[in-house]
Amino acid sequence: MSRFLFTFIVFFLVWLGFTTSFDPQEVIAGVILSFIITLFSYKTFTDYGLKYFYPKRIFYIIKYLIVFLIALVKANWDVAKRVINPKLPINPGIVTYTTKLKSDTAKVFLANSITLTPGTLTVDIVDDKLYIHWIDVVSRDPQVIFNEIGANFENILKEIFK
Amino acid sequence: MILTYLGYVLTSIGVIFLFLGALGIFRMPDIFTRLQAGTKATTLGALGTILGVGLLQPEWFWKTLIIAIFFAISNPISSHALARGSYKIGHKPYMNDPNGIDTYSEVPQNEGDE
Repeated sequence: MSRFLFTFIVFFLVWLGFTTSFDPQEVIAGVILSFIITLFSYKTFTDYGLKYFYPKRIFYIIKYLIVFLIALVKANWDVAKRVINPKLPINPGIVTYTTKLKSDTAKVFLANSITLTPGTLTVDIVDDKLYIHWIDVVSRDPQVIFNEIGANFENILKEIFK
Repeated sequence: MILTYLGYVLTSIGVIFLFLGALGIFRMPDIFTRLQAGTKATTLGALGTILGVGLLQPEWFWKTLIIAIFFAISNPISSHALARGSYKIGHKPYMNDPNGIDTYSEVPQNEGDE
């Protein structure tokens, strides 16, 4: 039930965002359509349902967004510097990153965040191991890899997907 | 008024990063490093231009925000699929030094393929 409601709310917000009008006709059509789509998709759409709206989770989600945006800007600055530099300073390789997260959704978010942060690209996930293409391999020590690549995100995602 | 200027600034930043992303795709040696440049630069570039347009035309803002969210979610997933696929058909990552590390080669490559 909570999963159903959560999916419905998300779809309805997307509808409102795209129509940007509170005209009764639009709103009623949106409710009906969201309901039908939700019927088909709520089982695969989310594992957590309304738990996402707990105040503590919302706090961590906002914190995650801020950390993520800062990392995204840093990543672009990093890539821009490498691309403009005539010597093209890269030292690529693929390293293994072992995550402590359990839930699949959390792993997907971790993999996406890692792809968008400086110098790293997730190639594959096998169980709790992420294979990461690193444009400048600084170290092969698993602990250093963990701290360099994903420790920030992991700590926040642990709280969101508890 | 401030919104208009902010919109122009965001759009310009987005365009600059899109250009750098294209330049990166030209300069990088192999598919993985090209994806690195491509994914990051185009994500920020597209977010910047789309949200910038949203600020210039305030009545479009919510639509552009939703498009930006879809972009931020789908872009890394598609680049992950491209990287994984090209590794599986036999592209090996480019390495500067001959002893470069590649732990993914230890994984059995045919597992889980349909």
